Amino acid sequence: MSGPYDGRPVTAATPSMTVAPAPALPPGQSPPRGRPPLRRLGGYALIVPAAIPILVGLGYPLARQFVLSFQEYGLAQQFGRPAEWVGLDNYVALLSDGYVWAVIVRSVAFCLANAAITMAVGMALAVLMARVGRPARLVLQVSMLLAWGTPVLATMTVWQWLFDSQYGVVNWILAEPLGMAGMRYHAWLVEPLSFYAVATVIVVWMSVPFVVFTVYAGLLQVPTETLEAAQLDGASSWDRFWLITIPMVKPVLLVVALLQIIWDLRVFTQIYVLQRAGAPTRDTHLLGTYIYSLAKEFSMAGAMATIMLVLTLALTGFYIRHMLREEEL
Amino acid sequence: MTASTAPARGTSPLGAGPRPAAPLSRGRRTARSGGRPLATRLLGVVAVAVALVWVFPIYWMISSSFLPTNRLRTPTPTFVPLDGTLANFRTVLGDPGFAESFRTSLVVTGITLAAAILFAFLAALAVSRFRFRGRRSFVVAILVVQMIPAEGLFISQYQMLDGWGLVNHVLGLSLVYVAAIVPFTIWMLRGFVTGVPIELEEAGMVDGLSRTGAFFRITFPLLAPGLVASGVYGFLQAWNEYTLALVVMTDPDERTLPLWLQGLVEANRATEWGVVMAGATMIAVPVIVFFLVVQNRMTGGLVAGAVKG
Repeated sequence: MSGPYDGRPVTAATPSMTVAPAPALPPGQSPPRGRPPLRRLGGYALIVPAAIPILVGLGYPLARQFVLSFQEYGLAQQFGRPAEWVGLDNYVALLSDGYVWAVIVRSVAFCLANAAITMAVGMALAVLMARVGRPARLVLQVSMLLAWGTPVLATMTVWQWLFDSQYGVVNWILAEPLGMAGMRYHAWLVEPLSFYAVATVIVVWMSVPFVVFTVYAGLLQVPTETLEAAQLDGASSWDRFWLITIPMVKPVLLVVALLQIIWDLRVFTQIYVLQRAGAPTRDTHLLGTYIYSLAKEFSMAGAMATIMLVLTLALTGFYIRHMLREEEL
Repeated sequence: MTASTAPARGTSPLGAGPRPAAPLSRGRRTARSGGRPLATRLLGVVAVAVALVWVFPIYWMISSSFLPTNRLRTPTPTFVPLDGTLANFRTVLGDPGFAESFRTSLVVTGITLAAAILFAFLAALAVSRFRFRGRRSFVVAILVVQMIPAEGLFISQYQMLDGWGLVNHVLGLSLVYVAAIVPFTIWMLRGFVTGVPIELEEAGMVDGLSRTGAFFRITFPLLAPGLVASGVYGFLQAWNEYTLALVVMTDPDERTLPLWLQGLVEANRATEWGVVMAGATMIAVPVIVFFLVVQNRMTGGLVAGAVKG
């Protein structure tokens, strides 16, 4: 249920200098061997309340969907017939369907394009935010916060109105002040490419604030002294930026890029709402909406969702491994 | 973030000083007495222009919500609603669905928030203050769980809730919300708990407090910002969520606010944009106000959790 707007932040990559967890023994108290059982049980008791909803709400559906993806489960099964094992049939059926591949390719392309644009714009604005004076920075920050905090459905609604073919202000701006008369009554959502252009504008608009704030916070951590020392040694401001600032904020950039890829691959709400606004759904499905459209064929949906999970791991696996190696948890 | 010795200065975006700007832009041409160099001022203009473009959709939402239909369906858009009315808002408030959805949203958010914060807090304590077998695996699991594309899970979540009679039930929706929110909340709170040195508690115990007493008298008050930050996070997630609500709450009488708004759009598309914008404004403004009020704390909290570990 997360989206670019939800502020899942830098914390995902807590740095390696984590304070060591509590020493097991409070000093001056309790003999070394008397107490372990209770203390150890205490740890388990404390994670149980959190573990239960995760296992029930996420773990069980994940396992169930995985099992289901190897079974035949359609309408007949909903009326009580036991599900049959069909091995990899569902996967074979999906992966031998050209349309499924089209959806996968589209989703990956959409995801990478959106993540790249978001990162580029977000980093540029973060640097801009660090370089301007206080009043300009405040104005920029408030506008970013507004875009970030507004509920996604409210923003989706206003974007539909902005891109309305007849009375939308985007078409008006393109046609009147900018003189592109052909765009006056352009129906943005009908043609897939223009549909994805609108979706990209919306997704980037929503995602950039998070990138800006996180990268900006990272930029503030670069020690002034280092930059000044480099300047004394004759490094140009260009060199200082690329050779000092960027390497120092690289961990932040990596996490943010990772999150963008995850979020943009699973994008659902934006595509779904735009489809409902009058786009041809079959030509505009991405993974999320496609799985949703399969809802009646549980097994196929399960197999498709598993493919999506594998795809996510394929796109992010290298980073997770890196993180697990580097982090002291 | 590897620069562990760097002091965490200016962790809140709004409160941060212009420090990093200085070394980057300070050149021979800096005129100390005459304000900022020209380049910085030009960049300032660019920043304000970007800000205006970014905020325009929100301005447009509020501006359109004051205009009657005949003013919205004109060849030239009305950019400033000088002669606006409140009629659209009256229409929205007169819709019985709005009040109902508001109540549903409130209940779901309340249950989700209370459960998620309490559970995550206990788990965060466990992983940062206790050593036990499986602790590391639990932390890794919390991380990996966040990679699971929830958008691929909703079918089986629906089936599961359906089997238990929890479809169209606030408890069903709250359950999947808690499952979605808790992992990240644990991750966030863990940073805060670890950030309070255990030595503080130990000092309290030397002075005669019990372990529990030391925790509640000394550490707990220091965790307040972290609890606020995770509370805001959970609130925004639950209040704004659309996808799972769409799947779980299929009955029109059990809609949350985002579902109600989508229904309003589909009933009024291309006819009553003003009413739709008033509806969007009604669900957005409380969140925006709340967000602006607490964001300073929250962003500071998130960043502090990240850079201090």
